[in-house]
Amino acid sequence: MANQQLNSRNPRVDLEYRRRKSAEEMRYQVVSFSLMIFLTLVAFAAVAIKGFTAWFTAPFIVLLAFVQVIFQLYYFMHMSHKGHEAPSLFLYFGLFFALVMALAFMTIIWW
Amino acid sequence: MHAEEKLTYETWPAEPERSTLEAKNKFLGFWLFLGGETVLFASLFATYLALKDKVPSPEHALAKDLYDLPLTFVATMLLLTSSLTSVYAMYHMKNFNTQKMMLWLGVTVALGLGFLGLEIYEFSHYVHEFGHTFTSSAFGSAFYTLVGFHGAHVTFGLAWILALILRNYKRGLDLYNAPKFYVASLYWHFIDVVWVFIFTVVYLMGMVG
Amino acid sequence: MSTLTQKKGFGATIWDFLTTVDHKKIAILYLLAGGFFFIVGGIEAVLIRMQLAVPNNDFVSAGTFNEIITMHGTTMIFLAAMPILLGFMNAVMPLQIGARDVAFPFVNALGFWLFFFGGVFLNLSWFLGGAPDAGWTSYASLAIHSKGHGVDFYVLGLQISGLGTLIGGINFLVTIINMRAPGMTYMRMPLFSWTTFVASALILFAFPPLTVGLTLMMFDRMFGSNFFVVANGGNTVIWEHLFWIFGHPEVYILILPAFGIFSEIFSTFSRKRLFGYSSMVFATVLIGFLGFMVWAHHMFTTGLGPVANAIFAVATMAIAVPTGIKIFNWLFTMWGGSVKFTTPMYWAFAFIPSFVMGGVTGVMLGTAPADYQYHDSYFVVAHFHYVIVGGVVFGIFAATHYWWPKMFGTMLNETLGKITFWLFFVGFHLTFFIQHFLGLWGMPRRVFTFLPGQGYETSNMISSIGALFMSLGVIVLLINVVMTSVKNVKVGNDPWEDGRTLEWTIPSPPPFYNFKQLPLVRGLDPLWLEKTAGKKGMTPAEPLGDIHMPNSSFIPFMISFGLFFAAFGVLYNGEKSWAVPVIIIGLLITFGSMLVRSVKDDHGFHIHKEELMDENDKGVKA
Repeated sequence: MANQQLNSRNPRVDLEYRRRKSAEEMRYQVVSFSLMIFLTLVAFAAVAIKGFTAWFTAPFIVLLAFVQVIFQLYYFMHMSHKGHEAPSLFLYFGLFFALVMALAFMTIIWW
Repeated sequence: MHAEEKLTYETWPAEPERSTLEAKNKFLGFWLFLGGETVLFASLFATYLALKDKVPSPEHALAKDLYDLPLTFVATMLLLTSSLTSVYAMYHMKNFNTQKMMLWLGVTVALGLGFLGLEIYEFSHYVHEFGHTFTSSAFGSAFYTLVGFHGAHVTFGLAWILALILRNYKRGLDLYNAPKFYVASLYWHFIDVVWVFIFTVVYLMGMVG
Repeated sequence: MSTLTQKKGFGATIWDFLTTVDHKKIAILYLLAGGFFFIVGGIEAVLIRMQLAVPNNDFVSAGTFNEIITMHGTTMIFLAAMPILLGFMNAVMPLQIGARDVAFPFVNALGFWLFFFGGVFLNLSWFLGGAPDAGWTSYASLAIHSKGHGVDFYVLGLQISGLGTLIGGINFLVTIINMRAPGMTYMRMPLFSWTTFVASALILFAFPPLTVGLTLMMFDRMFGSNFFVVANGGNTVIWEHLFWIFGHPEVYILILPAFGIFSEIFSTFSRKRLFGYSSMVFATVLIGFLGFMVWAHHMFTTGLGPVANAIFAVATMAIAVPTGIKIFNWLFTMWGGSVKFTTPMYWAFAFIPSFVMGGVTGVMLGTAPADYQYHDSYFVVAHFHYVIVGGVVFGIFAATHYWWPKMFGTMLNETLGKITFWLFFVGFHLTFFIQHFLGLWGMPRRVFTFLPGQGYETSNMISSIGALFMSLGVIVLLINVVMTSVKNVKVGNDPWEDGRTLEWTIPSPPPFYNFKQLPLVRGLDPLWLEKTAGKKGMTPAEPLGDIHMPNSSFIPFMISFGLFFAAFGVLYNGEKSWAVPVIIIGLLITFGSMLVRSVKDDHGFHIHKEELMDENDKGVKA
């Protein structure tokens, strides 16, 4: 259970690079946040405007939710970074089981 | 380099949340826990979907009678914004700026409290205006359990982040507490992910019918 | 904190075990507690067979019989089989992958204490107004209407112990992903470590649905909700789904580690590399995945409709393919090997035909139309006892004999081990083989008695006699354990002399830091490779240095105790005036302990290089 630091790169050399890199990443975060807000607005609007049938609106807003969650995972939770292989494997399995369960409960519970 | 060692801006590593073995374990273990949480919420969602609008008699309120679009929208905006502010906090954590990290975490907590307040108002509104309670119907039980479980997660997340702020306010960042902050922010994002599905599947789809 | 060579008093030993975070000591705790519950569940099994030995028996009442079968199933699955397997995982897996401890030693202790308090809570039901009586599956249509507090004990006890299992699973996953020794790639991991990995992944995904199901049941029974109350819009089938979405992976959580145990034993005592190692890994992962896709085969007669039944029937039969791959690999491992018939090998050898019979009846049950005939008959009882006893319990016995020297530093007696084997093996087939036919002749399961003149008398008597043999086998094992512990003849690193994996490279029992220097792994079966290269031990992968170790802690005990305490309040909610205060105090203990853990820094301690060298010079046999 060694507590020592594992990545022993020289900190001074890439300090400036790192600062700019994370500032740039922060800009991406703000962009993805704006996109998420936009997707939310579209979803609420699709429901507020009464013109569409439920057969269009329901799948459409679920799709928007999935897109938004991808943004959350990959940008806000940094899943796009290196070293997230095991986390994404387990999260996707979790999501897969989640979909199977939701499907089963909607289709084969009918009493 | 040991976890409790005092570091400076220059010696602060690029990924402080994963730079010791203990931190790597914590990071991975928490992600796996979130994988399990996904299935936990899936079970609650599935139960809700199976019991949606299942009430004993026609005079009970249904999903389309209950939900209120503006209220849900405001709650959603509060929680989404709190997700962004916690990203800001982690940005400052990586830049070894304790003060700013604490500040943004404080904003996150404030937004989370606002969300919680709205949820409490919403629940009491349903109870008093519609007689829609935890015990009035299977629909009520499923609704309050799903949304309430999420609310309990928000409450726990707030308590957790507050405890971290109070504990580490004076001593600043080191490699021992940086992973703790990071993991708490992951938890907060996950709460937001769950909420995205709740406002879509419960509220919006409930109003669509 | 140098406790390398200290004699301890009795009280200090108890305190040591209450606060330990060492995976080897936690393994012993799991083995002790799991063994205790195994005996309790075994006594319940004997009571069942005594009641059913003769027709029209009134040895126990119908109500008591329901309590006994419920507690027998629940105890054996949740409190005996799984904890004992978790014990072996704790004892062996970190050694096999060359780690000094698990990833989260504190969480490891917490997992044990949660399981322990959950199990104690469940069994307290016997003394506090009656045990649960709705079957181990506790179907909501029965459980909601069960009088008294039995089902409440089931719900709360399993909830607490289930939390412990869940965090244990996460712990093992992280340990395997992050803490393998240098050179120990995934495809060089011993099969027991692989099955631990897959079983832990199953725990991670299977326990949350159980948590939710139990929570809904708790809300319905104790807080007035309506999930399963049909008159208010509820639906009892939701429980069936949630239970089996957990329950089916659960049987793979049990059997996969047993497969791992047998894989180690076959290759050790055939003195030959495991045949088809990579296909074994592939089959393990595939069984784990398919295990999630078949839960509804327990519900064919619920009336899901022909489409759902067909899908789940096909998925179920698909599992026979990877399982078959495994069976053939084990046979081919022995083929051409220089087989040594030790006690573990006896169990492994007997496992193959026994388990295959359970597998074949499994495919029969998976055929949806035929299942309408077998359902709820003794055929089902025979099937699942063939896979769980013939697979899991045989595996536990095999592992007990195989790893006992590694865990306790002394060998179990081989002669007594073989006597145990023959008594149990004969008793097992005597008890359950005939039950296939009882089922086909129409005897329903879960009945407390039967009438004379229906052709069930002789068969039931035979079955009960078999139970006697099994009990004798377990008693001989206990005698063996006591005798061995009293004699306490110490053994060296590799007492079987054919050890292939890393756990046999270090002393028995291992020192608390496991590896003085982490070993360099050059391939599958690392010790065997070194032996064939003419070396005695492993080449170290690092110079001798300070070793960082975690501190012991009493907090895991307190967190678990708080939940145990609060559970009494929840159970008597709305009935006793002290219920709500008890809930609040209990949760305060739990969350307060968690807060203390969170704000109090715990950096552990270091064993210094010099201490490790001293020990070497003095020649201490650790």
